Amino acid sequence: MKHLGAIVGREFAAYFATPLGVVFIIVFLLTLNMATFYLGAYFEVGQADLQLFFNFHPWVYLFFLPAISMRLWAEERRNGSIELLLSLPIALVTIIIGKYLAALGFAALALALTFPVWLSVNYLGTPDNGVIVANYIGSLLVAASYLAIGICMSACTRNQIIAFVTSVIVCLLFTLSGAPLILDLLRELVPQVLLETFASFSILTHFRTLVNGVIDGRSLVFFGALIAGFLAATMIIVDAKRGEGA
Amino acid sequence: MIEVQNISKQFGDFTAVDDLSFQLARGDVLGFLGPNGAGKSTTMKMLVGFLRPTRGRIMLDDIDVLTNPLAAQRRIGYLPEGAPAWSEMTPRAFLKFIASIRDLSGSIRVKALGRAIELTSLHGVLDQPIDTLSKGYRRRVGLAQAIMHNPDVLIMDEPTDGLDPNQKAHIRAAIKEMAHRTAIIVSTHILEEVDAICTRAMIIDKGRLLTAGTPAQLAARSRYCGAVEVVVASEAATLIATTLTQSLGESILEVELAPQGTQTRLYAIPKTDSKLTGSAFLLAVQAQLAPHATAVASLALHGGRLDDVFAELTLTESARA
Repeated sequence: MKHLGAIVGREFAAYFATPLGVVFIIVFLLTLNMATFYLGAYFEVGQADLQLFFNFHPWVYLFFLPAISMRLWAEERRNGSIELLLSLPIALVTIIIGKYLAALGFAALALALTFPVWLSVNYLGTPDNGVIVANYIGSLLVAASYLAIGICMSACTRNQIIAFVTSVIVCLLFTLSGAPLILDLLRELVPQVLLETFASFSILTHFRTLVNGVIDGRSLVFFGALIAGFLAATMIIVDAKRGEGA
Repeated sequence: MIEVQNISKQFGDFTAVDDLSFQLARGDVLGFLGPNGAGKSTTMKMLVGFLRPTRGRIMLDDIDVLTNPLAAQRRIGYLPEGAPAWSEMTPRAFLKFIASIRDLSGSIRVKALGRAIELTSLHGVLDQPIDTLSKGYRRRVGLAQAIMHNPDVLIMDEPTDGLDPNQKAHIRAAIKEMAHRTAIIVSTHILEEVDAICTRAMIIDKGRLLTAGTPAQLAARSRYCGAVEVVVASEAATLIATTLTQSLGESILEVELAPQGTQTRLYAIPKTDSKLTGSAFLLAVQAQLAPHATAVASLALHGGRLDDVFAELTLTESARA
């Protein structure tokens, strides 16, 4: 792990090598705020909390975060630098965690830049800031999960578009499995036990417990396992594909 | 220093490398020769621990590259084919990143960076993104990366492919400069390169070793080795050829003509069992040329050509398949 810093630094800087990184963050913030204020009618609701704002996070992340993670491996394959990277004396696990942390750092930066919303709500009323902190933690965990899925999908291909689309689909599956729409539909068809198991695989279900201000141990385990699982899968895929000469 | 024992690599049903063995010591510059798809790159990728051989063993001194790739990679410098790099970075940032990965710090780091930049003459482009650089500069950035940590083993996949003659000369000079303290492997399909920098060469095709030796030994297998090359005015060529065949009939196997504009290259190839060999054969040919002296531009004993050996070996191989 001694080269982790170098890998994270290189990957993180790559996001800002072109103006795209900054543009991305601006568009992300605009989208999130527009969703909250227009779609969610934040002012009309008249509550001094950020529930509405955070409710949109998983859905906005769904399209923004795969765009962050899609390049992580696909780009290396496309321009051949994977051969250089994997022949340098760095453990594969260090490379994967380094790339992942760089993407997560970028997402965390974008999330941190939503702080004006937090300031405004404190100006407008007296929210429970403890709940808001829990919300931010929950939001970051959702982002971390999506990015873990994204890096894994990126490892499967040399095409960034394919990496993006497959990431959105897999993230969507892990999110929708807890959406009321789907659950109501399934309630008619499957027994309660199955339904709960299905719902428990949803990022949305676990995000909701955190949004309500409850840091639930089971949810933390869920996010941890999901992230570790997809990072381990990434490692297996990169290693297996290397055997094929790609 | 490097010992490769019977390595093979299969991709599905396709055998890219088939039971290849060789050794390499410090000071050796080994040239991998072979047509495209011969397995040169695959072999190199296995040597640097990027690919795992299907069978066989690769030892770097007492390090097994397969079981301990990181230890081996610390001592190897590798320039992959096409010199890939992270194109959004500048050479300065790229080389600093490599220096960190190579655990170079403090004054050693400064010195290593300076030396690598010096040897590859990158001063002028250090702060331009790599994707804006010319092919030659990009290759040099790749080379700087490979030699940064003064590796014991330097492996380069087509280091001069697609470069102009000046750039080629530059890269070759850098390789020669490294040669005395490093074991070097270069792959190429440019044969002049082997003569220019290699101490040994291996001709590979379809993953198999066809022949190995010093460049001179390989060239000596050419049918032109020991032949006399005469450059004559084209209008006199046929006449001279006939004279030679008639007068030296028992020694000459064949006289080949290769017209090049106003001049023609004439190869008098001796019979393998001829009593006249080497300079004796040269003198005999020279004697016959006396009456045509005005038409003869030059006369020399031929050492053989690597091109011919290469073509002969790899083409018959393809024909057999």
